[in-house]
Amino acid sequence: MQLLTNRSKIVVKKQMNFWEKIYLPAILGGLAITIKHLFRKQTTISYPEQKRAFSATYRGEHVLKRDENGAERCTACGLCAVSCPAEAITMVAAERKPGEEKMYREEKYASVYEINMLRCIFCGYCEEACPKEAIFLTDRKVPSLFERNEFIYGKDKLVEPVEKSKRVDVSKRQTQEVAEFKKHTEYAHNH
Amino acid sequence: MDMHFLLYKFILVVVIFAITLLIAMYSTYAERKVAAFLQDRLGPNRAGPFGILQPLADGVKMFMKEEIIPNVSNKALFVLGPCIAMLTACMTGVVIPWGDSLIIGGKSYSLQISDINIGVLYAFAVVSIGVYGIMIGGWASNNKYSLLGALRASSQMISYEVAMGLSIIALVMMTGSISVKEIAEQQAGGHWNMWNVCYQPLGFLIFLICAFAETNRTPFDLPECETELVGGYHTEYSSMKLGFYLFAEYINMFISSAIISTLYFGGYNFPFMNDLGLSHNWITVLGVIALVIKFTFFIFFFMWIRWTIPRFRYDQLMNLGWKILIPLSIANIILTGVVLYFKSRF
Repeated sequence: MQLLTNRSKIVVKKQMNFWEKIYLPAILGGLAITIKHLFRKQTTISYPEQKRAFSATYRGEHVLKRDENGAERCTACGLCAVSCPAEAITMVAAERKPGEEKMYREEKYASVYEINMLRCIFCGYCEEACPKEAIFLTDRKVPSLFERNEFIYGKDKLVEPVEKSKRVDVSKRQTQEVAEFKKHTEYAHNH
Repeated sequence: MDMHFLLYKFILVVVIFAITLLIAMYSTYAERKVAAFLQDRLGPNRAGPFGILQPLADGVKMFMKEEIIPNVSNKALFVLGPCIAMLTACMTGVVIPWGDSLIIGGKSYSLQISDINIGVLYAFAVVSIGVYGIMIGGWASNNKYSLLGALRASSQMISYEVAMGLSIIALVMMTGSISVKEIAEQQAGGHWNMWNVCYQPLGFLIFLICAFAETNRTPFDLPECETELVGGYHTEYSSMKLGFYLFAEYINMFISSAIISTLYFGGYNFPFMNDLGLSHNWITVLGVIALVIKFTFFIFFFMWIRWTIPRFRYDQLMNLGWKILIPLSIANIILTGVVLYFKSRF
């Protein structure tokens, strides 16, 4: 038979010799292996006290960003919902009333924006699809909850606070290309 | 038999009983810690510093659990099972010399509860009663898994007891005594008066393997093998009755370690003990420490083996016991006899 790789091993049923039959050398070898682990560094950590650092590209709970004036960036275009492979995102669009310019950046906004965290696979397609830099995945974790409906996150949980100090930092998620693009001041939303 | 003597024996019994229980308690903790370290984990570290109070927490948990006696079980025997297991486990420590003797106020106090001249036989007899605890408990549960576990336990213990006894016969032929104290004393001194393990390596190996089988430890833990028999003979047990079974196993492990160290590793003797020029009492104290180090190593060895070797299949277990260990131990007896004969001739 043609071998596809060189990794396959031919199995032979070889008769064991005396030293293999009494198993003691094998047992001693096993003991040596296990005792080595006694002096090895433990791979577990004491979790609540110690925490492992997330990778720079960790994709956790989403955030809906506000712009520097505190207005929501999302315009309810629906691209994130369309791009979502798990169909976790739903939204209802609404029109901005006069006087709400401080709250919403553009004429259209999402009056309801929901992500089902049980459906979400945290692929990050939504933030890639977003033309307004409104949705980002952060390094926060979605906590474990008791009820299924608690996992449907509405705007109350997704939109970041207005206060500058409480804004969610997404600089890690903004790629080189995005940073480059933001320099183009000829586009209105880069102001 | 004056009051003085009774008081001294009473104190000794209480102290050794307490120490036995304490060591068994901390063996459960050590088991979990050793298991964790051998698997690159941390182990229990929440109760107290380094989890040192974990045995207490486990004990409280065991006592708080609901006590269930199955309706279809034989109730008297169901309760009797763990009692026998615990009782026999605690009884063996009587013949082990925990140290030489302390001289206080001109009187000599031996650190052995009872130096009966058939000490080795006594230990074997009591250990063999231990199988009744498992057998009765498993049978009285009226559960198929329990019964299977009990059957396995009894057949395993009986078959390995034969090889164990035969391996001891070679040792007894060599030492000419079956008093544990005397066997320990013969290994005393330091000037190349070697421990018995140097003269009886094969006997020691057989004894060690059988000790694993006797205490139902891996790789011979078929009576309680979780993957096949749920919990084996203690499937139906709950609360402290289950605790007693588990506890008895740890006490047995401790006693086996102590017996192995006494019979084959010099007991409370340590090298160059007579050359230190210390007083008798100090030598005794150091001897006790030496014995503690020895049996601690063997307890660790029991755990070390547990996380190294997988469980035997039942037919392999019987094969090893009857077809290999018993012929080997008989060969060991003959070999010892031949050597002793020629030694006496020349």
